[in-house]
Amino acid sequence: MAFKTNRPTSPHLQIYKLPLTGLVSISHRLTGMLLSFGLILFVVTVSAVSMGLESYASMQNMLQCWVVKGIYWGFIFALFFHLCHGIRHLFWDIGIGFQQDTLHKIAIIEIAISFVLTVTTFLSL
Amino acid sequence: MAEFILPKNSTLTEGKTYKASAEATSVRLFKVYRWDPETGKNPRIDSFEVDMDKCGPMVLDAILKIKNELDPSLTFRRSCREGVCGSCAMNINGKNTLACTKAIDSFADTISIFPLPHLQVIKDLVPDMTHFYAQYASIKPWITTQTPAPADVERLQSHEDRAKLDGLYECVLCACCSTSCPSYWWNSERYLGPAVLLQAYRWLADSRDEHTGARLDDLEDPFKVFRCHTIMNCTDTCPKGLNPAKAIAETKQLLAKRQLG
Repeated sequence: MAFKTNRPTSPHLQIYKLPLTGLVSISHRLTGMLLSFGLILFVVTVSAVSMGLESYASMQNMLQCWVVKGIYWGFIFALFFHLCHGIRHLFWDIGIGFQQDTLHKIAIIEIAISFVLTVTTFLSL
Repeated sequence: MAEFILPKNSTLTEGKTYKASAEATSVRLFKVYRWDPETGKNPRIDSFEVDMDKCGPMVLDAILKIKNELDPSLTFRRSCREGVCGSCAMNINGKNTLACTKAIDSFADTISIFPLPHLQVIKDLVPDMTHFYAQYASIKPWITTQTPAPADVERLQSHEDRAKLDGLYECVLCACCSTSCPSYWWNSERYLGPAVLLQAYRWLADSRDEHTGARLDDLEDPFKVFRCHTIMNCTDTCPKGLNPAKAIAETKQLLAKRQLG
């Protein structure tokens, strides 16, 4: 807020200890943004397939690099995490899951399920 | 627009240190946010060593001891010392709560005390609540009716209808929840914030109030309610154990159901 005084603004992000649910909430936004960027990379990959053998081979070559693989699995984890918190939002929207003592537990469950789904995907490939 | 960093006049500096006497055996360090409007300097963090053997159990006891014995210029609000007035709301070790009901022993080490986050500071731990109270007034926090009052009795309600107000009427308007909410930090000009929305829902839920439609009309706005993104800091921090996030969700549902007819 803009006031015409020399009054300072009290510290906020600098000092507030976000609870796990708060951290999950901001991560949901960040993964949402990153997934949008990831989709562009996904389109690049798919278009490489469509452009014939040579471009497919070079794309495959690039995907073998560990950095690219890291981004790839990061994308998959972000996708599952975003999905899990999205489902939690749907429950919230119908009025379920607001009890204070469950907030932390459900946040841990969300993250755990995202990991399990990522590992399951890895094992099933 | 959200400003994630503090403006130049608000950045923190190192302040004074007040040592405990040499005889003190059980000493706790309290780091307290200080700002004096008369100096024109930036806020500073003062360190106070407090002898726990001669101090009451709550954080407010320590703050009072500091004011009485170490630095009488320390400024803060307090009144009831039992969690019913909401005056001593402040940020203690990264979480908003009432200093009077928060035990010193619930923390392991140093205790850092700041005013409620993202407000204009009047002095030390006293933030400017004018805007918060104006927002509270804007939701018309009183019963409004069309039918005339019964001649011989109060407006009555059933036990079931009265029970709907449990978890709402206990709010003491300390503003811990609103000032814990990042959405409120970035959009407090237009977003009402959890405390005021819990109060708004308290009147939507009251069977005796007859202006539910008008109240919902007032809330039907992209900012007033819908800047709530269910971050849940409000419910996490409420020193009275209330659930503003749930009240907001119920309000969103009322707004949505009305659209469906």
